[in-house]
Amino acid sequence: MTDFPILALLAGMMVAATPILLAGIGEMVVEKAGVLNLGVEGMMIIGAICGFAVAYETQSVTLGYIGAALGGAMLAMVFGVLTQFLMTNQVATGLALTLTGLGFAALIGQPYIGIKGITVGDVPLGPLRDLPVLGPVLFQHDAMVYVAIFIVACVWYVLRYTRTGLVLRAIGENHHAAHALGYKVIATRLTAIAFGGACAGLGGAYLSLVRVPQWTEGMTAGAGWIALALVVFASWRAWGVLVGAYLFGGLTALQLFLQAAGAAIPIEYLSMAPYIITIVVLVIMSSGRARASLSAPASLGQPFNAST
Amino acid sequence: MLRLEPRAEPSRLMTALTPLIAVTATMIAGGILFWLLGKNPFEAIRIIFWDPIFDENLSSYARPQLLVKAAPLILIALGLSLGFRAGIWNIGAEGQFIMGAIFGAGVGLAFYPADSVFIFPLMIIAGAIGGFLWAMIPAILKTQFNTNEILVSLLLVYVAEFILASMSLGLLRNPEGAGFPGSRNLRSYESAHNAELITNTGIHWGVITAVFALVAIYVLLQRHMIGYQIRLAGQAARAARFSGVSPNWLIITCLGISGGIAGLAGMFEVSGPSGQISIDFNVGYGFTAIIVAFLGRLNPIGITLAGLLLALTYIGGELASFQLGLPSAAIQAFQGMLLFFLLATDVLINFRIRWRHGVAA
Repeated sequence: MTDFPILALLAGMMVAATPILLAGIGEMVVEKAGVLNLGVEGMMIIGAICGFAVAYETQSVTLGYIGAALGGAMLAMVFGVLTQFLMTNQVATGLALTLTGLGFAALIGQPYIGIKGITVGDVPLGPLRDLPVLGPVLFQHDAMVYVAIFIVACVWYVLRYTRTGLVLRAIGENHHAAHALGYKVIATRLTAIAFGGACAGLGGAYLSLVRVPQWTEGMTAGAGWIALALVVFASWRAWGVLVGAYLFGGLTALQLFLQAAGAAIPIEYLSMAPYIITIVVLVIMSSGRARASLSAPASLGQPFNAST
Repeated sequence: MLRLEPRAEPSRLMTALTPLIAVTATMIAGGILFWLLGKNPFEAIRIIFWDPIFDENLSSYARPQLLVKAAPLILIALGLSLGFRAGIWNIGAEGQFIMGAIFGAGVGLAFYPADSVFIFPLMIIAGAIGGFLWAMIPAILKTQFNTNEILVSLLLVYVAEFILASMSLGLLRNPEGAGFPGSRNLRSYESAHNAELITNTGIHWGVITAVFALVAIYVLLQRHMIGYQIRLAGQAARAARFSGVSPNWLIITCLGISGGIAGLAGMFEVSGPSGQISIDFNVGYGFTAIIVAFLGRLNPIGITLAGLLLALTYIGGELASFQLGLPSAAIQAFQGMLLFFLLATDVLINFRIRWRHGVAA
């Protein structure tokens, strides 16, 4: 380890962060609306296979991402219908979504095992690419890295400065009051759930199209759960999700680098580091003065039925 | 337009009926799925649900397998049901299962090749301790730091899987295994083997333990103070606190029991049906058990029936993949759908569906 490739690590950080950033920002919106969807992992893996399959069949990355977003949103709507209309337990339904998503993804993905995906090119950012230091770190990535940041900015703006965002937050804080004021609780929540599913789908597709890039069963490997933890880490703030995702991405890149460099620590222990770090972060965020639960939307996970 | 009208109290009839409705609906949806995959749906359903038990040629193999596969599912689900009733979500049983297996097998292998009747009981204790300790991590983090037990217990599954990989490549690797990953096969080590107790029944110590656990959990829930507190906490958390139920104590108890039982299940699996610690000896019983717990209505007897049914889908799924080339993932999707349909039909317990003309606000 004579030459510590700090630039490559930072560039790797942006790539490693993008899947959980996408899934995390989507889930944050869902939770802001007062719904806890634990099915992120399932929606991500469905996105991963839909994205890979569509991109492979059409030879178009854009169509692949669209397919992934649709796939994720469709699965999310199953959750939406069950929890919003049939008032099922959100924890159990989210788990069901994950289990079903993993099964269906494996089923759809069978013909695609071992196939090499299509190449996703970088965005031609011209002279920016050649900047010293900043060029390789920031400006030599594929489009989705920037789209993810753009989505975060949009979510931040909409939640903070628009009427739609205010209504969504009101519903998440107190759905009875919001309902009494005439806001459409269920419709808003369904929209948020679909948005969350689409984002998770995009995150999954990023794994199968760019990060890996091919289809393997169970390839999300807990990324969806890490995205859920990310929302807690961010205390339900959009830029917090970005910071958290990048910190996490940096650690993942570092861990992969140590593996490649043949560090003295066995690979298995390096590979479990991201999960342990996530747990440690959750502990820090939920204890003491940082008490993340204080900033959680007040109606999070509560079922809503207008007639009661 | 359809409207849901709350019932004054949960319908007992529907509580019993909805699992059956859900299973039927899943069979229909599964049939459509198999048909889309280009298989004859009636044949597939028959192979999965009928042939393992009633086909003359297959049942001699499949019937014993039913208990072998149902035992871990029922064991784990019985433990999980305690926490689920109290709103404590241990979804990391798969991790506790793995740790129980590692602890149990580790103790057994430490004695190799000694011969003693005490080795197997020691392994059972070690397995329970392994699962218990792994479940104590989310429990203590929850009680001390208020950390979400759902995320922690689930994330620990991945950690446990890497520990398992490390064990089967390192510490527990078979020294005479020509460098292949995986431990010594416990089936060929008499003192540590969880053998079939009665030939051709599939009954091993795990099955016996499942029966004991069934009785114990039933008594605990119906007749014991802990069971009362668990049910109270699940139905009215505030009332439970006022009546002196300590939430922290309940979290430790529920996670501890479910972890310990999952560890036991892992230990019985690794020392019997699977035989050795290997990178992927676990087949997801810890997750399927969540479906079993819900399908069984968190009720010990219901869980037993649900465990047998899900075990049947595992065996039938294997048969269908041999005979029809049905992908094994189809069964996983099928099991997931079952949970969806069950949750969807749950609405009938607490609500009545009424037809309403016109739209009134």
